[in-house]
Amino acid sequence: MLNRQGRPSAPQAHGVSDPAAGMGDQAARLQGDANRATGSAAGSHPTFTGNKALAQVEPLLFEIGRYDTTGVDLDEPEDFKPRLGGLERKEPIGLPGLSEPETMRHYVRLSQQNYGIDTGLFPLGSCTMKHNARLNERVARLPGFSDVHPLQPISTVQGALGLMNELGRYLVTLTNMTAVALSPKAGAHGELCGMMAIKAAIEAKGEGKTRNVVLVPDSAHGTNPATAALIGFVVKPVPAREDGWVHVEDVKERLGPDVAAIMLTNPNTCGLFEPQVAEIAKAIHDAGAYFYCDGANFNAIVGKAKPGDLGVDAMHINLHKTFSTPHGGGGPGSGPVVLSARLAPFAPVPFVRVGQNGFELVEQESDAAEKPFGRMTAFHGQMGMYVRALSYMLSHGSDGMKQASEDAVLNANYIRAGLADLLSLPFGNKPCMHEVLFDDAWLKDTGVTTLDVAKAMIDEGYHPMTMYFPLVVHGAMLIEPTESESKSSLDLFIATLRDLAMAAKNGDTERFTGAPYHAPRRRLDETRAARNPVLKWTPPAPVAEAAE
Amino acid sequence: MRYLPLSDTDRGEMLARIGVNHVDELFADVPKNLLLEEPVDLPRRKGELEVERILSRMSARNVSASSVPFFVGAGAYKHHVPATVDHLIQRSEFLTSYTPYQPEIAQGTLQYLFEFQTQVAALTGMDVANASMYDGSTGTGEAVLMAHRVTKRRKAVLSGGLHPHYADVVRTLSDMASDEVVTMNPDVSGTEDILSQIDDKTSCVVVQTPDVFGNVRDLKAIADKAHQHGALLIAVFTEAVSLGLLKSPGSQGADIVVGEGQSIGNALNFGGPYVGLFATQSKYIRQMPGRLCGETVDADGNRGFVLTLSTREQHIRRDKATSNICTNSGLCSLAFTIHMTLLGEAGLSRLARINHANAVKLADGLAAVKGVEVLNRTFFNEFTVKLAKPAAEVVERLAEKGVLAGVPVSRLLPDAGLDNLLLVASTEVNTDDDRAALCAALKEVL
Repeated sequence: MLNRQGRPSAPQAHGVSDPAAGMGDQAARLQGDANRATGSAAGSHPTFTGNKALAQVEPLLFEIGRYDTTGVDLDEPEDFKPRLGGLERKEPIGLPGLSEPETMRHYVRLSQQNYGIDTGLFPLGSCTMKHNARLNERVARLPGFSDVHPLQPISTVQGALGLMNELGRYLVTLTNMTAVALSPKAGAHGELCGMMAIKAAIEAKGEGKTRNVVLVPDSAHGTNPATAALIGFVVKPVPAREDGWVHVEDVKERLGPDVAAIMLTNPNTCGLFEPQVAEIAKAIHDAGAYFYCDGANFNAIVGKAKPGDLGVDAMHINLHKTFSTPHGGGGPGSGPVVLSARLAPFAPVPFVRVGQNGFELVEQESDAAEKPFGRMTAFHGQMGMYVRALSYMLSHGSDGMKQASEDAVLNANYIRAGLADLLSLPFGNKPCMHEVLFDDAWLKDTGVTTLDVAKAMIDEGYHPMTMYFPLVVHGAMLIEPTESESKSSLDLFIATLRDLAMAAKNGDTERFTGAPYHAPRRRLDETRAARNPVLKWTPPAPVAEAAE
Repeated sequence: MRYLPLSDTDRGEMLARIGVNHVDELFADVPKNLLLEEPVDLPRRKGELEVERILSRMSARNVSASSVPFFVGAGAYKHHVPATVDHLIQRSEFLTSYTPYQPEIAQGTLQYLFEFQTQVAALTGMDVANASMYDGSTGTGEAVLMAHRVTKRRKAVLSGGLHPHYADVVRTLSDMASDEVVTMNPDVSGTEDILSQIDDKTSCVVVQTPDVFGNVRDLKAIADKAHQHGALLIAVFTEAVSLGLLKSPGSQGADIVVGEGQSIGNALNFGGPYVGLFATQSKYIRQMPGRLCGETVDADGNRGFVLTLSTREQHIRRDKATSNICTNSGLCSLAFTIHMTLLGEAGLSRLARINHANAVKLADGLAAVKGVEVLNRTFFNEFTVKLAKPAAEVVERLAEKGVLAGVPVSRLLPDAGLDNLLLVASTEVNTDDDRAALCAALKEVL
């Protein structure tokens, strides 16, 4: 009875369907699961349910839910006359429900198929998977932050506005910039905000028609060119040099009266600090253009260097990377943008201002003495993330943040030192920042790819590093351990990667090409998903008829 | 520092293994004169107790929704969120995971996203939904850009009933991209003549229902007119619970449905994080922004889920991408999907009826207060009243009396000459006592 509603959208299990003939799709799938670990003790002892002790396989909500079930007790309202203008829904919606215990179990089982920072080392380069302190979760849920409405009277939210003001002060101090726009919802949204401020500044100077080129190094995150293009800029690449750095002469060569800005990531996506950043900033400014810094890697230099000192005009800060707000399986993020004096007047609404009677919130462009370029989002941004980020900063303090940056860089270099003889470093064995970039030259002639190595790491209990990014090196493996790892954790990680490297070089390709063997799923067919997109569950025919 | 596992001994050993004497040698590429020697000028580290104390003090300086009779809406709504939801979204494996780029160890996230997409598609009456957007307002901006891609036109017509913040987001984005936007005048009665604005240059018409003034809008005629001219109808909602009771936008001919999902599973959070819902028709899938989760099989033939159609996205397409978006609102979409699972169809439609019933009771109560006129003919759980005095002033006076009465229209539209209008919402959290308190306080103030 695991799957009484059928599963027509599910593909047929192949190769393993015979032993489960007559057991239904669900059972067949479970059976396949049980057969996975070929040659292992588990493989020779399939279970009836297909579960393997703590490894539970969970059907879709739509296969176990019922249309008349609810896990929320609500009383039907007394009779009343609706005022909906005759636009009431007449047909069923198609949303099954579960009771509370069933809901709990369904999502707990799903969670158990996920890898998180709390599970183990999560060295996803450029994503900064550092420890998420639960203090931050607790304070974000204080009723004065979580249970206040964005449009309550200003007199009733002085603490919330004070928190935004304090967060802004911390960000501006850490970066030595002039102003901050807190509202962007994520890193890419922050990029958009920063580039909009640049565009507004250029238009204010009457150069809107002529300055329309944005320089973006090849090593940049994909969001950079996408952002620039979104608001009408023409993207011109700056090629990567063999040393992994952007060279000031390459930038100068492309500068002219048509260049609006450069979007430079620093530390860059190769894990290197750009040594010529100050010269590049000067060249950009001399040409009348602006310096947008992608702050995704700010976590390497917090408390060690201030972007404002480097000549940056705008930089977004991923609160979910540098300041440890949880990634949550893909958001919510938060991407405040710090701005130089040249761009500060163009910051979007809303922003907090200190007035005579406490904190004020400037929500309308017409209420601002400055020249806001507009509005990025409804309301005031990601308050829940502001609280968590400030909690992180208060906890670390200025000394702890400096130490965290140093430890992050130390940990990455320790991995570099531990693997330099076996893996290949595309830019030579020189110090890196918070992440170390390897390419796949060391896999030459092994029949093993970067992807295979990543999947074999899964079997070893690790989340893989970032793969195939940045694009400027072949088969990139970008490893960012963060400051949250202990020395013994790094030692085991290094030993594991050394073992994998030796195995690949010794021809044990099966360990890689068939991996993962021990994850909740074997390798998934992404091509098939894209070729024939199945993006939602569809009821089987008899159920569809019954619902009508 | 409690979050940092390395001891000084560890650090010393590691530096030796790397072959340097001091950690600053690893920062050698930072220009010498710019490398900070001392910590920046901010307070030093603090223990957990102290941090909690500081933030609790800040929190206490706000009036929380649960502590007073509360009628504030206008795009964010106070609903009861079951305890199960908040527990589950704090499971380590959900909270501390990343975007599911390694699907074999992210099936938890991927399966719930598949469930979420299915729920959103059903709720909106559309073929497909994405894995969520930042929020309703930014989702609306993305919907307009998507319509421009589909129609290859660049003019959007915005209803005067669209939430003014949403309209501002669309206009900001469009101004920057040099696209045209026609914004109708604020439409308190929900009777604007939007049909006359639709022509052969129109890419999309953006209509919110229930609109910002609370009116329930019939979309059918607008969809028909838009389609006659080759334009798309973008239907917007800011109160997802309304979809439990109202005809779906999809059934009325919408081409893109976008809205705010905060009401289901998510706290008010002073405006964020929230979760944008985004749905469309199958034929437009490849023009859709945002992440998509799709079904596939693994090497053993077992069903599994992956992120798919990423060739639309920025990390592959760079400056040719459909959008610059590189995240969704993961944990908020999980909260939405868990709450929706708990509700089920039966619970959602009952919750929607309770909301409507409470708002009807409140409207009847307010209509009996001298100096208050209820303007709406139709509404769901929020409506507009005209007061005898400027609404901002009244709201401030009522706040002093411990009642949060609603949103003055002047806060959203300061220059529209609608200073006496107040938006009032009543959800399942309001009791008869709350409504009586509002009416009594208004009688005193007006």
